[in-house]
Amino acid sequence: MKSLEELKAIRERMQGQVGLRSEDSNNTRVVVGMATCGIASGARPVLTTLVDEVQKRKLNNISVTQTGCIGLCQYEPIVEVMEPGKDKVTYIKMTPEKAIEVLEQHLIRGQIVEKYTLNAENL
Amino acid sequence: MFSEISLHILDIVENSIKAGADFIEINIQVHTDTKRIRVEIKDNGCGMSEEQVKACENPFFTSRTTRKVGLGIPFLKQSAECTGGSFSIRSAVGQGTDITAEYCMDHIDCIPIGDINATVYSLVMMNQGLDFCYQYQVDGRQFVFDTKEIRETIGDIPFDTPEISSFIKDFLNENKKEVDDGSIF
Repeated sequence: MKSLEELKAIRERMQGQVGLRSEDSNNTRVVVGMATCGIASGARPVLTTLVDEVQKRKLNNISVTQTGCIGLCQYEPIVEVMEPGKDKVTYIKMTPEKAIEVLEQHLIRGQIVEKYTLNAENL
Repeated sequence: MFSEISLHILDIVENSIKAGADFIEINIQVHTDTKRIRVEIKDNGCGMSEEQVKACENPFFTSRTTRKVGLGIPFLKQSAECTGGSFSIRSAVGQGTDITAEYCMDHIDCIPIGDINATVYSLVMMNQGLDFCYQYQVDGRQFVFDTKEIRETIGDIPFDTPEISSFIKDFLNENKKEVDDGSIF
């Protein structure tokens, strides 16, 4: 059985060097819809992928959060990107692979991945 | 419909969070002798009145205002009952809610538990201000993952620091495997 003992060692190693996530208004928010509709269409792997990749790449100015149903159930899983001072971008029918593409193209390089946005869908 | 019990759990816990709970218990018991999977989700949120408890099993009841249906609880109830299992909900205003679902594993309509570790992991990462106690038991062997204990050990280091989050992932994966020997239920 893995025990919590290991955590003590991790804490000691990290003492003093924890770069706390900045929670100010300059953060980009990435919001995943996690209501019944989102979960049923596969939001969980999208969410865990984003959480893991943001940590792995040390993107401290990005916070991944979740929200309930925004009323576009047929387009779930939905990921919204809210950059300070810019319009919200809504990505629809996401998968873990598409989420990584959005992370690399949009969140890191600043290029909106138009083909996955709500606007690209003929409403 | 959901394809995994763990997705139902994720969905039901979202209700707990919306009900203002700050401590949520998730209990899974697998009994291979009686072929039962028992799932219990217990929270200390605002709870429901007697009328709300009766009404919430109806898909056309919801407390939200964005739309007129609420499917989380009816889905769970249906998926348990269609295997010959059972569903029960106990709740009182100010006292939280306790939901139990029991599945008959050998029924053809029984869905697998699925990636329960991903459910627990994403709940913990998304709700770092809340405490979770998750217990996984197979024929009496069990392990417990309790965020209160972790908090006591790591102090104010956030859960989403890579070292901590990968510890949590490994802890869930390794201990689950030790309890169920890698069997899929």
